[in-house]
Amino acid sequence: MKKWMSLVAVITAFSIVAAACGDDDDVAQADCDAGQTDGDLAFYNWSEYMDPELIAAFQEEAGVTVTEDFYPSNEEMFGRVEAGGSGYDMIIPSDYMVSILISEKMIQPVSEAAVPNKANVAERFANPPYDPGAVYTAAYQWGTTGIGVDTGVTGEDVPHTWGLLFDEAVADQYGLSGRISILDDPRETMGAALKYLGYSLNSTSKSELAEAEKVVADAVDRVAAFDSDQYSELIVLGETVVGHGYSGNFLWDFEEGDSTYDYFVPDEGGTIWVDNMAVLTDAPHPCTAFAFMNFLLDAENGAQLTNFNWYASPNAAAEAFIDQEVLDNPIIYPTDMSKLEFIEDTGDFEIEYTDALSRARS
Amino acid sequence: MDVVVEPGLEHQAERARSRQGLLMGLPAMIYLFVFFVIPLGFVVMYSFATRTRTGRTELAGWNLEAYERLGETVVRAVAFRSLWIAAVTTILSLALAYPLAYFISTRRPATRNMLLVGVMIPFWSNFLIRTYAWRVLLDSDGIFTRIMSGAGLGDGRILFTNKAVIIGLVYGYLPFMVLPLYAAIERIDWSLVEGARDLYASGWSAFRRVVWPLSKPGVIAGSILVFVPSFGAYVTPAILGGNKKGLMGSYIVDQFMDARNGPLGSSLSVLVLVVMLMGTLVYFRQGGRSL
Repeated sequence: MKKWMSLVAVITAFSIVAAACGDDDDVAQADCDAGQTDGDLAFYNWSEYMDPELIAAFQEEAGVTVTEDFYPSNEEMFGRVEAGGSGYDMIIPSDYMVSILISEKMIQPVSEAAVPNKANVAERFANPPYDPGAVYTAAYQWGTTGIGVDTGVTGEDVPHTWGLLFDEAVADQYGLSGRISILDDPRETMGAALKYLGYSLNSTSKSELAEAEKVVADAVDRVAAFDSDQYSELIVLGETVVGHGYSGNFLWDFEEGDSTYDYFVPDEGGTIWVDNMAVLTDAPHPCTAFAFMNFLLDAENGAQLTNFNWYASPNAAAEAFIDQEVLDNPIIYPTDMSKLEFIEDTGDFEIEYTDALSRARS
Repeated sequence: MDVVVEPGLEHQAERARSRQGLLMGLPAMIYLFVFFVIPLGFVVMYSFATRTRTGRTELAGWNLEAYERLGETVVRAVAFRSLWIAAVTTILSLALAYPLAYFISTRRPATRNMLLVGVMIPFWSNFLIRTYAWRVLLDSDGIFTRIMSGAGLGDGRILFTNKAVIIGLVYGYLPFMVLPLYAAIERIDWSLVEGARDLYASGWSAFRRVVWPLSKPGVIAGSILVFVPSFGAYVTPAILGGNKKGLMGSYIVDQFMDARNGPLGSSLSVLVLVVMLMGTLVYFRQGGRSL
């Protein structure tokens, strides 16, 4: 389990914590030229998010080795890199986490000279609110968070509500007890409960969050697992019926199942997110990281990534190379954006979300 | 007749021997100091540190807040759940391991060694992989769930329940129970049992009054070796239990990885350490020296 290895890393971090220095006032920026590399790449990414063939192609092209490790939530990634000296070069933080990383001076500005392909990023992702002017990041992929269902078990008429995760009556009606998985992710999980209650998933009200905590706590007995890696596999294996997770992963695994499946963002509303490529301030090999960023922002490579992971591409130039069935799929490229909300950095309130999930689950 | 040794010389020889011992033990001691004592010191330090509003741990503003939180109901629930699971795991392991150890230690030496190797074979592959393999065995389509349902037992669910956690823990720690039991039983002088039988003790009472007391050091050592890691187990509850209703191990990991509450995670670790230490002390006080 990845988390277990992270724990080892944390313990190791204890022994070097004395050496780890505090915040520098200025964020160092690496000066790299296009295509320049300065060593092997240590890439820290979400699981099942990168086409291994793209990594192989980059290794071939740049003559470096890429090591990829995985994390299940933004918070866990943050916890791992915040002490410094993590050894990672590139990470894929989501929107709100980008603003946290910028304010903590943990990621460095993109070296424009080294990433000419940044021009390929579509207009609407070129100036995101979490990173004005996209100075520190380049968009990687975007998608939604919602619910995947084995409709072979529940029937086609299953209601599109977060109640599938949280409502006892709904669980009883569709035989979901013990067959539900929920993301192991403070903002997503508490956000889903907030949406279920009709609140914003960026609520900074303690009482609203306390209500959401109770909703999650009441659901624990009906939940099979809190899981951010295998929610879609568990459905296909028949171990769970309902899963909370990300659009692309569901589509990917549902292809392999024998039953009929559906994915939707519940009517109460859900999360839209943009994941971004960023290079850590203390990256040992920043130039290789920027070269990799540039490689992934290439039109054909960007298209290959979307054709692989079935998340929408923010790369405008890539569109011409993306499979038509992917472009036409309303789950990958949603047509109705009105009920989708971005997770935003809530500043000092972030910690309330992590505490709430921790309490609700134990 | 007696060789008179000057006391001073003998003393010197003893000193030299002890110096030699110290030198030989030094690498291990340095290793333990650097990789165990120092990190442990950090854990203790962290437990008194301040958690900033962003979840960073600041080594300043020393306080007892993390220890005050140990009294919360959540922590108590987690601790009792862990104690209960660890106790059940220990008892089940003992019940399974004792007959096995007895069987092995009463075989001929050649057979004995083969059986012992058999007990250790699981260690040849990674614990994580073996735990994931249990997921396949315990899931709804798995052989165990089918047998249970076929026999009219259970509700057709094992994976992601406490049952799965206990099965996984017993499986994982059984060898730690078998080996000390074997060592204890194998050492028993069987003529004592013969003596008991000659004095008209029934098989059962010979076991109860001779074999069991003599094997007790093994029982206690095995129980400690199973209980302690079960209490802090992390991998098994996460993979087979679905990562919910935290046990002590996963609760501590959550504090560091998810909740980013270094001080609380550290104070919990100190708590576990103190409880275990007290248990071990009581054990040694109670004549565990005979080990």
